[in-house]
Amino acid sequence: MTIRLGVPSKGRLMEKTFGWFADRGVEMRRTGSDREYAAAVDGVDVELMLLSAGEIPRELAAGRIHLGVTGSDLVQERIPAWDQAVEVVAAMGFGHADLVIAVPACWIDVTSLDDLDAVAAAFRRKHGFRLRIATKYHRLVREFLREVGVADYQLVDSQGATEGTVAHGTAEAIADITSTGETLRANHLRILEDGLIHRSEATLFRARGAEWGGAEKAALADLVALIGTA
Amino acid sequence: MNDKSALRAEAARLQAIFIAAGATPVEADLLLPAETLLDLYGEDIRARAYVTHDPDRGELMLRPDFTVPVVQMHMQGGADPARYSYMGEVFRTQAAGSGRPSEYLQLGYEVFDRADPTRADAEVFALFAKALQPLPLRAVTGDIGILTAAIDTLRTSDARKAALRRHIWRPRRFRALLDRFTGQQPPPPTRAALIAALNEKGAAGLLAGAAPEIGLRSMAEVGQRLDALVADAATPPIPAAQAEVLGSVLALKAMLPDALEHLRDICVDLPGLTAAVDRLEARMAALSAAGVDVATLPFEANFGRTTMEYYDGFVFGFWSATRADLPPVASGGRYDALTRILGNGRAIPAVGGVIRPELVTQLTAGGAP
Repeated sequence: MTIRLGVPSKGRLMEKTFGWFADRGVEMRRTGSDREYAAAVDGVDVELMLLSAGEIPRELAAGRIHLGVTGSDLVQERIPAWDQAVEVVAAMGFGHADLVIAVPACWIDVTSLDDLDAVAAAFRRKHGFRLRIATKYHRLVREFLREVGVADYQLVDSQGATEGTVAHGTAEAIADITSTGETLRANHLRILEDGLIHRSEATLFRARGAEWGGAEKAALADLVALIGTA
Repeated sequence: MNDKSALRAEAARLQAIFIAAGATPVEADLLLPAETLLDLYGEDIRARAYVTHDPDRGELMLRPDFTVPVVQMHMQGGADPARYSYMGEVFRTQAAGSGRPSEYLQLGYEVFDRADPTRADAEVFALFAKALQPLPLRAVTGDIGILTAAIDTLRTSDARKAALRRHIWRPRRFRALLDRFTGQQPPPPTRAALIAALNEKGAAGLLAGAAPEIGLRSMAEVGQRLDALVADAATPPIPAAQAEVLGSVLALKAMLPDALEHLRDICVDLPGLTAAVDRLEARMAALSAAGVDVATLPFEANFGRTTMEYYDGFVFGFWSATRADLPPVASGGRYDALTRILGNGRAIPAVGGVIRPELVTQLTAGGAP
């Protein structure tokens, strides 16, 4: 059997993934029309599966694909004990984005997590509820804040336009992905100096739980020889 | 490996011991409002409990423990004094691959009694020791009250003491705060720069130049914190000798009588600790009177600092002496403050604990994995 490789099905992430493999001598192309989610790889025994980037972590965790390309943030957020379920084959050097904690820029008394924690305690005393941090990265943010010992906060779910939640009064701070910080600044938010939770980039993962027989291992070895990583 | 009905029978056998000691059997709901638990334990409980959603009642949690519903029930009109016992499933998510059960029986005994908290502490510990007697267990005791008293004796501002008290249960943050308050760790450069700017331009000057106000936290609140930061920067460091004494309290690990003697020595330097150490001594006498061999009972000052943060006095745990990989077979402690939080202004001294019957059966069966 060939190994199944899941790659993002659209947009810049797909193009860059195709480009990354092409640079290493692995040509990928869409088969059929532009709208069809089928593709092929030339030269190696790999079946290409075009999937939504957000679904690739789930498919990897279930072992339904052998390899997958997606953001490391999505894998770490969505797969419990992710490093037991998948292994990093290659960090691909594009799709960079930082998951950060940001607070209103007018909070001139807050520059660090230490400040955030102190403010959370005072906020709860004054307002009667825990300081709200809007995010869609619940697991990563919660684990980070537990590790650094921030208390008296709550996470509120925000699946989009997270930068606007503070101005709209539905959160006091946010934890979100940013690449340049432009949107944060435009929304009068400022990143905490020690508020970097995760530095994400597009990554090729191997699913530990997929079927790895002799043929699959051989196909992986062929691919790894071409792309030149461990 | 364990048949559920056999486990229930074992739990019922153990519960009979609690009922014979005067406990009224009580039940609690399986679905609890998430809000109360989140407010109490913080966001971390989400990672440890099963959260579900009701279209009408909002977020609910599958009962992660009995303490909260039992305290709520008692505060809404329980007898005074009262002793309760409960038995039923609790639900906790487990780390992937840990193999630990996410649904297990918990058997508890809780005492709400104003008369003599020290004696109630001893009553609960002795009862648990008796119920678990045939098993090869290792007990550990501690006292969160000693830690809070030690913090209170520090020669520093109330704000700093409050910050330390708040983080007793987060040892890493506690350490970082202490290092800063003693001057071992200088404030971060941004803080130093802020204080310099505040001294030069004043809070009003800085606030006038701040970014536009957004969100619920007002500029008045920012201004109050700026004032607090100026006051904190002017607070002299906690003397090194005091921090050292606090460090030796935290590191204390000895058999109870030796621990008591060591704490008595510390009282010479920190007389403010005396009342808390008197309570420890009274508890030791009460434990002894209840038939506990205190000479071989370990005391660890750090014990209870990494568990859930509602214990505020005596704490205890029982572990398998042979199976270090197992969670505690039983654990408990005093939680007076919790009754105030859940009691809408009323409070009552309370102490109790839980047993995990499945571990009791496992260890009775020989302790083999």
